[in-house]
Amino acid sequence: MEHTITTQKVKFKVFRFNAEEDYLPYYDDYEMEVTSEEVVLDILNRIKWDHDGSFSYRRSCRHGICGACAIKVNGRSTLACKESMNDMVELFGNELVLEPLSKKRAIKDMVIDKADFWDKHAAVTPYVVTDVDEAPEIENLVSPHDAEALDEADLCIQCGACHYACPVVEVNDDFFGPAAFAAAYRFEADVRDESESRLMDVNQMGQGVWDCVKCFECKEVCPKEIDPIGKITKLHQKLFQEGKAESNVATRHAVGFIHSIAKRGVLDEGGLVLYSEGPAIVKHLPVAFKMFTKGKIPMPWQLPKSDNMDEIKTLVKSSTTAKF
Amino acid sequence: MEKLRYALFTGCTAKQSTPEQMMSTLAVADKLGIELVELTEASCCGASHLQDYDEFLSLVLNARNIAYAEKHGLTMVTICNTCQLNTAMTKHKLDNNSELKAKVNEKLAEVGLEYKGTSQITHFLYAIIDDFGLDKIKEMVVTPLSQFNIAPFYGCHNIRPSELQNETHKTPESAYRPTSLDDLIIACGGQNVDYEEKNKCCGFHVELQAPKTAAILTGNAIAGAMDGDADWMVTPCPLCHLKLDTQTHHASEAIGREVQLPVLHMQQMLGLALGCTPAELGLKHHVAKVDFV
Ligand code: SF4
Ligand code: SF4
Ligand code: FES
Repeated sequence: MEHTITTQKVKFKVFRFNAEEDYLPYYDDYEMEVTSEEVVLDILNRIKWDHDGSFSYRRSCRHGICGACAIKVNGRSTLACKESMNDMVELFGNELVLEPLSKKRAIKDMVIDKADFWDKHAAVTPYVVTDVDEAPEIENLVSPHDAEALDEADLCIQCGACHYACPVVEVNDDFFGPAAFAAAYRFEADVRDESESRLMDVNQMGQGVWDCVKCFECKEVCPKEIDPIGKITKLHQKLFQEGKAESNVATRHAVGFIHSIAKRGVLDEGGLVLYSEGPAIVKHLPVAFKMFTKGKIPMPWQLPKSDNMDEIKTLVKSSTTAKF
Repeated sequence: MEKLRYALFTGCTAKQSTPEQMMSTLAVADKLGIELVELTEASCCGASHLQDYDEFLSLVLNARNIAYAEKHGLTMVTICNTCQLNTAMTKHKLDNNSELKAKVNEKLAEVGLEYKGTSQITHFLYAIIDDFGLDKIKEMVVTPLSQFNIAPFYGCHNIRPSELQNETHKTPESAYRPTSLDDLIIACGGQNVDYEEKNKCCGFHVELQAPKTAAILTGNAIAGAMDGDADWMVTPCPLCHLKLDTQTHHASEAIGREVQLPVLHMQQMLGLALGCTPAELGLKHHVAKVDFV
């Protein structure tokens, strides 16, 4: 098949900020003829080489391995050396905004201070914890089957694309974020690992897995298809399976579904909140009152129930695999 | 056009905290001549929490729901983003893993059911766009919403992960440039408001465990729509609706700014354009008053 290279005009709005000199960031405009062969990193290079030598960004491997070059294009986290310009233009049109992964962490142009990312990564004990024989006679082998359990979490390149795309990281400084959870899962799933504390570290409210809003943004942006939210779900499950899930509003909320479903098929929404919150439910009364006056809360005798409840009861009984 | 028929999976909220969503779905289906066969046997989809505790049980229950749609030989239509995600994700898993499918079917056999994988699953929004067609909607509009700036709020679980979008819909929605709701607003004669938060999360799923996070996300979304000069918001997800409609007090407090807008279900917006009455659409059931009709 003949391979043709096409070109098109693209307007770029580029975030500029030098923490040592500027009080506020500003944007520079460039218009360039972009070829169908180029990736986003080529554009960053051309800005620096052809237009402004002071323009700063990170890159190293140019092969999607080092994780240095992640930036945002029109608000979407992107690995610059992997993302084709054609795809970006197809997605967003001919006007593209290039910004660092996190504007509030910008040091110089596309370069950000990733300290929070690394601190959170370090906080989840990102290594195998085990007593190793310093002079083993044979190799410590992991079978292909056991390696599969990692579910490719070990392919993470620490680019931070997911971390700075996560809406919870944005509003809660304590939240570990998707990359740290993917790392935590990677070592939790390792058959050699004996850490007692890691799973408990990610079990905390505020910083841990229970505060993920399940927006799937991290899965969407990850250039290595790690699926961090999938790993977060697995950490949730592990906490229950290993009996480490503390009884708190988040864990009771997950478990409460079974009680509701076994009883009515559909949820008893009020009952679920009561089960999850316990006496703390009183704090929801003002909102509940407003909803009630608008006919948004049915009376107990009006609660819906699924048909064929006997089937649902049978299945809940025979298919439940977890214990709380 | 042959009459469209779907198996309706109502989810839980349409029967409780968003009765107006059920009413408006039925009213709109009636106007469009779409037949909905309600799956009264269906159970809760697990709302993306049950699987954190017991994934297998969540798969079995969702497979049971789909099995009922299959019994009718119909595409299942959902009216909640999270129901859509959980049901479509279950289908994806079972259709791509025969061992898992066999295990689930072993359980379903206990109650005389079988999951075959023959029914498609789509949200009512996409059924309208993909199957009914926006051109036909335009022709049927009797009250164009031309005096309104309307802010679409997509909600996460319809637009992400895109692999499910690509699998499920004839015209897959982009997670970064979603268009379905914007297109529907325009088809109804309204002006669509473009704002940064339209494809962001409302925070619903952590409302109990992380109320502050949830409130900030809700507040930012409404503020974004207000700054875009929206008269009201519209969403295909009853969970987003609940968050945006009933939690404005917490949201305002969390972001330090008074935020409130009427938030309509996409069925209510469409119903207004098609000439349904406010009563048929349940507009009195909103906490943030719908006072423009
Ligand atoms: S799914 Fe959870 S971890 Fe991933 S981006 Fe959303 S909130 Fe963050
Ligand atoms: S999980 Fe993916 S997006 Fe997140 S840091 Fe690792 S490679 Fe980057
Ligand atoms: S330059 Fe190394 S990942 Fe892009």
